[in-house]
Amino acid sequence: MTRPFFPGLAIALAVLLLGLIVAFTIGRYPVSLSELLDVLAARLTGRPSSAPPAVENVVLLVRGPRVVAAVLVGGALAVAGTAFQGLFRNPLVSPDILGASSGAALGAVLGIFFSLGVVGIEGLAFVGGLAAVAAVYVIGSLLQSRDPILVLVLTGVVVGALLGAGVGLVKYLADPYNQLPAMTFWLLGSLASTTVADLLPLTGPVALGTVVLVALRWRLNVMSLPEDEARALGVATGPLRIAIVTAATLVTSASVATSGIIGWVGLVVPHLARALVGPDFPKLIPTAALLGGGYLLFIDTLARTAAPVEIPLGILTAVIGTPFFIWLLAGMQKTWS
Amino acid sequence: MGLDRRALLTGLSAALLAPRHARAETVTDGAGRAVLVPGKVERVFPAGPPAAIFLYTLAPQLLLGWPRANRVEEREFLLPDVGARPEVGRITGRGSTANLEVVLALKPDLILDVGSVNPTYISLAERVQQQTSIPYALLDGRFDGTAQAYRTLGALTGQREQGEDFARITDETVSAITGRIATIPKSSRPRVYYARGPRGLETGLGGSINVETIELLAQNVAGETRGGLATVSIEQVLLWNPDVIVTIDRDFSASVRSDPAWAPVKAVREGRVHLSPKLPFGWVDFPPCVNRLIGLRWLAKILYPELFPEDMRAATRDFYTRFYHVTPSDPQIDRVLAGRD
Repeated sequence: MTRPFFPGLAIALAVLLLGLIVAFTIGRYPVSLSELLDVLAARLTGRPSSAPPAVENVVLLVRGPRVVAAVLVGGALAVAGTAFQGLFRNPLVSPDILGASSGAALGAVLGIFFSLGVVGIEGLAFVGGLAAVAAVYVIGSLLQSRDPILVLVLTGVVVGALLGAGVGLVKYLADPYNQLPAMTFWLLGSLASTTVADLLPLTGPVALGTVVLVALRWRLNVMSLPEDEARALGVATGPLRIAIVTAATLVTSASVATSGIIGWVGLVVPHLARALVGPDFPKLIPTAALLGGGYLLFIDTLARTAAPVEIPLGILTAVIGTPFFIWLLAGMQKTWS
Repeated sequence: MGLDRRALLTGLSAALLAPRHARAETVTDGAGRAVLVPGKVERVFPAGPPAAIFLYTLAPQLLLGWPRANRVEEREFLLPDVGARPEVGRITGRGSTANLEVVLALKPDLILDVGSVNPTYISLAERVQQQTSIPYALLDGRFDGTAQAYRTLGALTGQREQGEDFARITDETVSAITGRIATIPKSSRPRVYYARGPRGLETGLGGSINVETIELLAQNVAGETRGGLATVSIEQVLLWNPDVIVTIDRDFSASVRSDPAWAPVKAVREGRVHLSPKLPFGWVDFPPCVNRLIGLRWLAKILYPELFPEDMRAATRDFYTRFYHVTPSDPQIDRVLAGRD
């Protein structure tokens, strides 16, 4: 089924732009629209801003990095989810199916356990995510099977369970007064502590992985066909699969390292994008990227404004994502395939 | 049926064991439960870190072991033989690490738990007491319950006099400190933000056990929302604009002074960010125990420097000598006060 591309893409872009305006203008610290425009204009033109220093600080150093991070993380998880759903030919797959989130979680709780600084915790989380997926891929490839995709997914599930047990063990051994709350907060996901310094290690891998996935958008169509049909079309499925998994894992691990575990975005947004522009990957990937960024931006804005205390993102994405997903399921036959 | 038989057996064994305690009196614990005072108390199993510290201060030789082994730098401030006693796990809190068979094998005369007194912990105490037939005392771990906890513990361990002494010192210390600031109305006391976590964005909400001493002396900026620990955003901290920041995280206290995002906060601008000492036990927050008593004096001094001109070193030396039974040297005290670990 084909759908017109540009109206769908325009809707996704509108959602993102609206999300940006809403996210920049509301927050716990009162910043008026004129102050916001003044600070941004001053930044762009290089002249000193007339807004109070605290306001300038909020816009440029607190709210700004957080908004950018929400867009990047949301977009990254949506693109990775889209690629994986195509690659594994399964609408229930999310970016963490190969253990990226579980590996990152184990890395992060170990970082907290050994009282490392922020850079150490995020670095371990990133490496943990990459290592987990690499292990799953190697084990899955060593197991001979006629259905390599199924074996890969099942390996991801069992390795994920093992890593989950590792997280449980570290939490069990952790200091209950200091480390355990920090681990719990991290596992629930939050962008509360995003700073300008976080944006570089987030943007690099996300940009690299996304560029690779966008470049492979035509091949993804072929990869979503059954294995023998793809081979019959002359596609080297093995190397291509490695490239797609590597790119998706890179963006997922970088996102999870910055934000903690945020479920649902990578599962729900690809379906939403598919409802807008249909299953053709060249259209689907940019739409999912824009929609994912807008979706997480709205959710993060809610998380930081609803109460003086932050609401964990993992909780909000699940509470909003579940009814939404059920609603999508009701009409899914029409859009999947 | 199987369940009934087990209940019957437990009841029988309790009845058979009862004569051993027949002559003993009972003491009402923090939960209002009547706990049999064992005939002799030579070995006490601490259910969690606060219980271990309480017991260590009052009667170190009774302590069977620690919920977690002490690190080398912590042992410096404890009696060498007691501080080095083994790790025995904990029964309380989120998930027990102690095996009840191991607890039994250690042959304690009493199990002591200090912490939250609520139906969860009361039922845990009842269950463990039933299973082990060892008296299980649950004491209230809130800061204002410290003196009463000492009296009860003194009665339970047959050391009423020492218990009374510690209770008196506790009461006197608290009233001496709060008395000096009693004339300052609540609304003009410093507004304090309590920062935890490497980014300083975890804080204790109103009434949480983590900020009891802060709320006793000052205003907790996060106090309007009641609860336990929570994450907040920097924006929210900027809006609160606290006068003083108290933190237990060394990374945060090192980075906050140069972090541009925190620069507009009043406490940062005025250099009033304070790292809490934590050797051998934290002064503000964890474990929530009598270690917060010396922390109260430290907090008073950083919050009201002109009202508390006394040198912290002397107070630290006195407290450590009396409560931890080891007199620290001047370099050791400096290390404690610098918040090093």
